[in-house]
Amino acid sequence: MFEEPLKLVLGLISGILFGVLLQKGQVAKFQKLMGQFLLKDFTVVKIMTTAIAVGTLGVHALVALGVAEIHVQTASLARVIVGGVLFGTGLAIFGLCPGTSVAACGEGRRDAMIGVLGMFVGAGVYVASYEALEPLFRSMADYGKVTLPEFTGTAPWPWAGALAVVIAIALALLERAHPKRLDAKL
Amino acid sequence: MNRLLLALCLMPALASAADFGVDARNYSGGAWSPYVVGAGIGVLSWLTFYFADKPIGASSFYATVAGFIGKLVARKHTQSLEHYQTEPPAVDYGFVFVICTILGGFIAAWTGGEIRNEWLHPMWVERFGNSIALRGVIGFIGGVLMAFGARLAGGCTSGHGISGTLQLNAGSWLTVIFIFIGGIAAAMLLFTYL
Repeated sequence: MFEEPLKLVLGLISGILFGVLLQKGQVAKFQKLMGQFLLKDFTVVKIMTTAIAVGTLGVHALVALGVAEIHVQTASLARVIVGGVLFGTGLAIFGLCPGTSVAACGEGRRDAMIGVLGMFVGAGVYVASYEALEPLFRSMADYGKVTLPEFTGTAPWPWAGALAVVIAIALALLERAHPKRLDAKL
Repeated sequence: MNRLLLALCLMPALASAADFGVDARNYSGGAWSPYVVGAGIGVLSWLTFYFADKPIGASSFYATVAGFIGKLVARKHTQSLEHYQTEPPAVDYGFVFVICTILGGFIAAWTGGEIRNEWLHPMWVERFGNSIALRGVIGFIGGVLMAFGARLAGGCTSGHGISGTLQLNAGSWLTVIFIFIGGIAAAMLLFTYL
């Protein structure tokens, strides 16, 4: 029922930091997420790609030092495609995602609280239908828990480095095409 | 190797400093630059991997809470569900993480003078009028779809979109692409063409 206390304390600290970052980054706001999908506001993409570039370098360094492990999810094609599209559709309808909506609850947003209730129901429906769905997905193409370096039989370092460089270049170009001042001021 | 780590730690800080220098005037009030926030989330992911051996993620929280609620209303049935036998709902790292994200959001909004006890956003009102019921129903439906999709895909914008992609997980990159396809299509339909 309870995980070890140390893990819970770490969850507490990192959760608070995550909430602060999301709210200060303005992504706990309906306009920002909807603006991203309407391609009018690029705050979400800027935050996500910067996090990926910084994160991939550090996490792969920690893994190379032998002090961290990779934890990836399974790559069942049907799950990823159907789940991804359903998720994106729901996200655009609600206007907030599972992490940003709880940060929006912290802002006091009433509609975010209703959406969170909806997510409890949606997750419950999934769990309740798991037994019926699982055999269906098990019968379809599944690449298992695999990273791009593993899939191609290459070392992760060139991937992480190249990804960070590509993101840095892409962001420089994006910032030129769509400067931060064009993103909504809220 | 330690020097490499130190350099990696300093990099986002330097990037942030440079960014503040350029754009400080655009970021009065509560908001921080997206690059500072992005770098912060990236560094936070190092810390969660190193200290907690966990990637950042939010969506499993919802299945956990659904399990707690299920146990209250139908204990036997809930415990018999296959999903909860492999992953029993528990007060774990992921649960505390998301609960505390609410607290973090509150602290940030409060210090930035951005506490908004509101139902509607200007962008929503402009498009769909000022019915709270409509926003509530649509928000609820969106939440149901989204959480179902997240559990199906095995993660959300954080679990796949940031943690999975930074680990170079093949499935996560695919998921993000399909999240954006679904999201852009639905948003364009709702706000432009419908």
